[in-house]
Amino acid sequence: MTSAALALGDDALILSHRLGEWAGHAPALEEEVALANIALDLLGQARVLLSMVGDEDELAFLREERAFRNLQLVEQPNGDFAHTIARQLYFSGFQELLYERLAAGDGPFRPLAGKAVKEVAYHRDHAEHWTLRLGDGTAESHARMQRGLAELWRFTGEMFQPVEGLDLDWAGLESVWLERVTEVVERATLTLPEGPRTGAWTAGAGRQGLHTEPFGRMLAEMQHLYRSHPGATW
Amino acid sequence: MTNRDWPLWEVFVRSRRGLSHVHAGSLHAPDAALALRNARDLYTRRQEGVSVWVVPSAQITASSPDERDPFFEPAADKAYRHPTFYDLPDGVKGL
Repeated sequence: MTSAALALGDDALILSHRLGEWAGHAPALEEEVALANIALDLLGQARVLLSMVGDEDELAFLREERAFRNLQLVEQPNGDFAHTIARQLYFSGFQELLYERLAAGDGPFRPLAGKAVKEVAYHRDHAEHWTLRLGDGTAESHARMQRGLAELWRFTGEMFQPVEGLDLDWAGLESVWLERVTEVVERATLTLPEGPRTGAWTAGAGRQGLHTEPFGRMLAEMQHLYRSHPGATW
Repeated sequence: MTNRDWPLWEVFVRSRRGLSHVHAGSLHAPDAALALRNARDLYTRRQEGVSVWVVPSAQITASSPDERDPFFEPAADKAYRHPTFYDLPDGVKGL
């Protein structure tokens, strides 16, 4: 249970931080609030999940990079807006399916998943609407959306590697995910990236504590205040 | 794409206990579906509503401030338009 809570909690925490980085930078004020809302939903999930493991603050702010168990997908830098939407499309689709199954089970994650699945359904809806508009928008937005999908494609295989403590049909999860993503991508007049999603030349050892280069920098920013002022309150 | 290119939408929210949608504010969005989602994010974050309408601001025909006097002034001294001049028969309930 602990390792699964850590994996899911770190996914939510790290993606929340990445989405929070849009504050002050989003293309429109309305979209900034939308991304911040999604980030706060994820932060709430992370707090519940990390509290199942130990002290949430210590886990978030005092762990070293190698101790984090999040997917490499969620730690990837935001890039442009289309890049962020591609990350959201891939991840929220996966997270919704995962939570649906956890909510239907009777394991320790059932209460959280039952509540969070509604939040995540909205995240997926948001990502799909933007994928459709960017893909079927201007030549520029189409190209950016296609590039975002392609750049993050190799990080998507890791989502379906079994997590210790979660007894799920991972292959079944993956085929439903692939079907749904394909449907949205094609409706958006985009093409599903080719190329491998699993194997030696793809990414994906975040669950084992191996992370990509941008993650260290992100953690430094996320943790520096807590580490500079231990125990500070406000 | 910038905010400047996006049309303005008026947002109406019906609260949990309310019977009608009440104007909550306005926002920019590229189309109706996203306007509805932006409205959800901006105006129902704190459980304000159970239903949301969005209307293109350009579709609203409003009275002009210049016309205020001819429009509204004449109603000011017509107290008889309020139903306060009737004697209520005994036994009428619910008024």
